Amino acid sequence: MRADLSIIAKQIEHGARVLDLGCGEGELLAWLQENRAVNGYGLDIDPNNINACISRGVNVLEQDLNLGLGNFPDDSFDTVVMTETIQAVADPVLMLREMLRIANNCVVSFPNFANWRCRMYLASQGTMPMAGHLPNRWFDTPNIHLCSFKDFEELCKELNIVINERFVVDANHKQRPMMNRFPNFFGVTAFYRLTRTTTAGKN
Amino acid sequence: MKADLLVTPQQFVWEETFELRSGDQLEGFELIYETYGELNASASNAVLICHALSGNHHAAGRHAADDTKPGWWDSAIGPGKPIDTNRFYVVSLNNLGGCHGSSGPLSTNPVTGNPYGPSFPTVTVSDWVRSQALLADHLGVETFAAIIGGSLGGMQVLQWSIDFPQRVAHAVVIAAAPKLSAQNIAFNEIARHAITSDPEFQDGNYRTQNTNPDHGLGIARMIGHVTYLSANGMGTKFGRELKSGDITSATDVEFQVESYLQYQGANFAKTFDANTYIRMTHALDYFDPAQDNNDNLAATLAKATAQFLVISFSSDWRFSPARSAEIVDGLVEAKKNVVSACIESEHGHDSFLLPIERYFEVLGGYLKRVGAEK
Repeated sequence: MRADLSIIAKQIEHGARVLDLGCGEGELLAWLQENRAVNGYGLDIDPNNINACISRGVNVLEQDLNLGLGNFPDDSFDTVVMTETIQAVADPVLMLREMLRIANNCVVSFPNFANWRCRMYLASQGTMPMAGHLPNRWFDTPNIHLCSFKDFEELCKELNIVINERFVVDANHKQRPMMNRFPNFFGVTAFYRLTRTTTAGKN
Repeated sequence: MKADLLVTPQQFVWEETFELRSGDQLEGFELIYETYGELNASASNAVLICHALSGNHHAAGRHAADDTKPGWWDSAIGPGKPIDTNRFYVVSLNNLGGCHGSSGPLSTNPVTGNPYGPSFPTVTVSDWVRSQALLADHLGVETFAAIIGGSLGGMQVLQWSIDFPQRVAHAVVIAAAPKLSAQNIAFNEIARHAITSDPEFQDGNYRTQNTNPDHGLGIARMIGHVTYLSANGMGTKFGRELKSGDITSATDVEFQVESYLQYQGANFAKTFDANTYIRMTHALDYFDPAQDNNDNLAATLAKATAQFLVISFSSDWRFSPARSAEIVDGLVEAKKNVVSACIESEHGHDSFLLPIERYFEVLGGYLKRVGAEK
């Protein structure tokens, strides 16, 4: 299992109802179904991803995230997950609001545009950074809303979204000491657990 | 290639009284059906095919090696096809009220000794499902590995999952809707009106009068065909092409699309029974499983234990992707396992009968997993 998915898997309770936005090939949901007995659904629009989910036995629904999530009632899920996708959606603010409307426990991960490699790349090359976690050129990238951890946290504050937990990891999804000290400089990917209100016992 | 699947229709006879939802009853009935593939020792590989409005039991293969056309869904059913007969024992029948060999308006009423004609009672989707369950008993099938249907067939699949939850492992609902819209019913009513207002209809007694409402039935089918295709699909298929190519030599049937519709209408009138058409469209109109549950589809589907595959087609406006989405939303709310796909196609509602690559990938991929479950 991909390292990033195992980080998320730790945050989901047994038997939870999980909605995975942009579920890809369904690895996370397949793992959660088997190990956490979740009632999970994944949304995707890529035919190959959908085929992969079908052969894995994952509940995949063909639905375009950018056309809205209005078909999911308030609090109809325990957890909504969105991995490496928020930077690619048309309206990240609306997306975050919708996710937190559907579940009061959301896990979001995305690549850090302020990682030192990106900073160095831009400073030295003068072109849009390309790296392992950002492989596309500016005109063909699906990542139309790249941001840094700092940007994201400022937005959460503006939207009154509570950040319960944050995991910052490197390209191999390992946590390193330097990243805890300077996450926005050394971190490659961050996983945020978000809620509408502060959960008792956390923070 | 041509003679790869030779089939012989079989007859199932039910001799007891069969109560219908309308309150009427049938003193026994017959169902004509076909099977493809072999039932395994544990009887766990059976698949039921539910047909749509004008379908019948002959879904795959040929009755004789020199038949010009195979069954209506031969592209999907057969060895190595999405509904793989190497793996599954496939059952396909003609529904009650049909005109291809099952008890219907053309059959003889055992009580009176006369043809039923217009006196054949109103049948509903749930009546069909109950009669199909009796056929399954007869075939030694307790639980179907999958029940599959498109359009009105998809509605039967939904009804199965609600009425006989334990007997359906997987429900494949294609190009269907949880109930008809007023627009759907309106089109059906125009079709029925075309038939009943044909003087040859004779209040449904055309057989005894030696007439047939060819004209009305043809119009009904023409209306149907318009709703089965999409505007773009029609444009691509026919455009505005003139048959003669020149307006000065124009005849009555000048545009290609006119010729297509007239051919389809005339052909249908020869092979389909008008009273059956009226019965089938009524069954469509009345289908509304959530009605008894305060229109709450999720609560209705809560009884189901099947896993679902729901497929829709982008250009289908008869039962649009939004209608399939209603089914999917109900299933998600009811916490059922469900996979949904919306297939890009310009062929409108007709898409469900066509061998569209991605459609067959999804259907075949899903059924491959069903077949591996044993």
